[in-house]
Amino acid sequence: MTSAIAPGAAPDRSDGSRYPYRHLLGIEGLSRSDIDFLLDRADGFVDQNRQADKKSTTLRGRTLINLFFENSTRTRTSFELAGKRLGGDVINMSVSTSSIKKGETLIDTAMTLNAMHPDALVVRHSESGAVHLLAEKVNCSVINAGDGSHEHPTQALLDALAIRRRKGRLEGLEVAICGDVSHSRVARSNIHLLSIMGARVRVVAPPTLLPSGIERFGVEVHHDMERGLAGCDIVMMLRLQTERMKGSYVPSIREYFRYYGLDHEKLRAAKPDALIMHPGPMNRGVEIDSVVADDIDRSLIREQVEMGVAVRMAVLEALVTRQTEPWAKNQ
Amino acid sequence: MRPTLYKNARLLDPATRLDAKGAVLVRDGRVAEVGPGVFVDAIQDDVEVIDCGGRCLAPGLVDMRVQTREPGEEHMETMVSLQAAAVAGGVTTLATLPNTNPIIDDVSLLEFVERLAQEVGMVNVHPYAAATKGLKGEQMTEMGMLAESGAVGFTDGVKAIADAVVMRRLLSYASMVGRPVIQHPEEPSLAREGCANEGETATRLGLAGIPACAEVMMIERDLSLVRLTRGRYHAAHVSTAAAIDAIRRAKAEGLAVTCDTAPHYFALNELAIVDYRTFARVSPPLRSEADRRAVAAGLADGTIDAIASDHAPQDQDSKRVPFAQAEPGVVGLETLLAISLGLVHDGTMALLDVIERLTTGPSRILGLEAGRLAVGAWADLVLFEPERAVRIDASRFRSKSKNSPFDGKPAQGRVWRTVYRGRTVFDLDSEPGDPRARREPAHA
Repeated sequence: MTSAIAPGAAPDRSDGSRYPYRHLLGIEGLSRSDIDFLLDRADGFVDQNRQADKKSTTLRGRTLINLFFENSTRTRTSFELAGKRLGGDVINMSVSTSSIKKGETLIDTAMTLNAMHPDALVVRHSESGAVHLLAEKVNCSVINAGDGSHEHPTQALLDALAIRRRKGRLEGLEVAICGDVSHSRVARSNIHLLSIMGARVRVVAPPTLLPSGIERFGVEVHHDMERGLAGCDIVMMLRLQTERMKGSYVPSIREYFRYYGLDHEKLRAAKPDALIMHPGPMNRGVEIDSVVADDIDRSLIREQVEMGVAVRMAVLEALVTRQTEPWAKNQ
Repeated sequence: MRPTLYKNARLLDPATRLDAKGAVLVRDGRVAEVGPGVFVDAIQDDVEVIDCGGRCLAPGLVDMRVQTREPGEEHMETMVSLQAAAVAGGVTTLATLPNTNPIIDDVSLLEFVERLAQEVGMVNVHPYAAATKGLKGEQMTEMGMLAESGAVGFTDGVKAIADAVVMRRLLSYASMVGRPVIQHPEEPSLAREGCANEGETATRLGLAGIPACAEVMMIERDLSLVRLTRGRYHAAHVSTAAAIDAIRRAKAEGLAVTCDTAPHYFALNELAIVDYRTFARVSPPLRSEADRRAVAAGLADGTIDAIASDHAPQDQDSKRVPFAQAEPGVVGLETLLAISLGLVHDGTMALLDVIERLTTGPSRILGLEAGRLAVGAWADLVLFEPERAVRIDASRFRSKSKNSPFDGKPAQGRVWRTVYRGRTVFDLDSEPGDPRARREPAHA
């Protein structure tokens, strides 16, 4: 399946020396060396972001547009900072979902923005595939900042960077992804990325929150939290996405927390040095207990946010500067 | 009109299992003679002679499931463009769904559609009437009077008749007027949010799925009601192995049950939606490869009685949107024959059997005369070349809508001429533009 990187996949190969595609629409379809390349670059930006002077000039004169059809604070801010720290001009456009119900408006919006010659569009949309559609219509690079229940590639990259910096590797790690996998784009991107990098992934959720065919992604499926967490290195919690749910998937928040909420009790099953992650925003007391979330020894949650800026800088740099190469112009 | 002799043809008539070299003589719009030995003194009788050059001459195709968009949505399809598309595809008889605006649930509206169709007059159009008022699934329409005015069946179009009591009464009442009730077999509560076949592909794409069992659930329920009422039941566009099995068993049991399928259910599987190709969004959704094979097998063994295009014109605005928001449906009239012939080319079925599913099969379900090469029958004919390579080009469709998942795909089978009541209504040679370019495959 080529869906992650199409449309407009570049003809050149991944050789680990650059990111070979025009867009970043998903993790599915990327190679290990593509991911390594982005993570290595991002690692450098972490240091840059910790200096007093955080600004570089890589993207000077370039325009980035954050086009968000769905509410977001952290992802949008993260992309905005990333763009600005690289010296680019960043415009934020939030289009409320209610006024954009019709798809032609999506394409119209895309065409309008395209006419302003941006160098990159960062897009979030509530429908799976919407970012794909948009990427087919514009001339600039498109970065998927989350589309429906499909993918959220920069989240998976920042998660991988956070893990890699703490554990020194991704390969061979046991990662448990817990919670609402069915509605989660974060889960899909993470499953793809971790599998590509050689980690072993299990998903832990009640059957109603697991999408059909998930076992075909090469993951181990668990319905019992303690068995699912047994011996794992990373516990990745997902947000219960009540806003995407139509109808009842779990009986109550109380029951959900009882069986699937992460607390110290359930965490005991994991390795003693297991790390806890959450893509945010957290529903404290729903999928994660505050005590666990704020445990500075084990929680990677704040680090994830920090890595987010670095990863997005790496992605923007890879996609936007690549356009200066003359052979890339017409793709 | 001068009599016309179609000579040097490979005659295909599924009704008599005729597959032989021969000729057809058409006089006054009807078949005057047919068979291997038609001898005419062309000059003396003033007969126009058309040399078919060994191509296949079959009864004009009967497409029992077509959505027209007139009245109401003429920007997607008009009766004129619909009929032009039909004859370009070799189709001379259509049955149209009632889901227009206004909905065809009343005698006056039904007669309006019939008149509209007759004014264009390139094909037979047999409208279905709505089974329930306003397609709401509640109150039955005036079935007796509608049947008398020419409704060939009753259906709620692209909506399932969900209420079991309503379905029971429809089957009972329709049996009195001798017309089938045609179901869109899908349990609506299982399909409510879905837009793709449930499974790995939908999950990878992050799309909400519809489980395959939504189809057989509705069919099994309806079959129980058929047992109860002894009604005539037809399941439209079956797409799953389980549903086909259920119908196979019901037929063995002797129930008055028939079904059809559409070309995309045996020519494509769920992978056609990868990259969010909204042109492959159909209802029911494209299924797994195992189901696709079961559909082909069901056609081959006769469980599936007919191939219908399920022609559903959609404009760009309905399709150039995120997948879940896209309207389902494909335009199918102009690819019906070529895609169906794929079953012959891949060895699944004999040519005569495929033509049967496209002519006498649907004709029998609807109680129509059409679809035979019989002496005295209207001369509705299609002349085609089954082996001819083509590349499907939606931009050349006569249909006003271009939503075909087969656009750009190679296929084999080309319609050369379509004859309706003795009159040539489509002739590839006299098409506008460069006929040579049309005749040759676009890719050469």
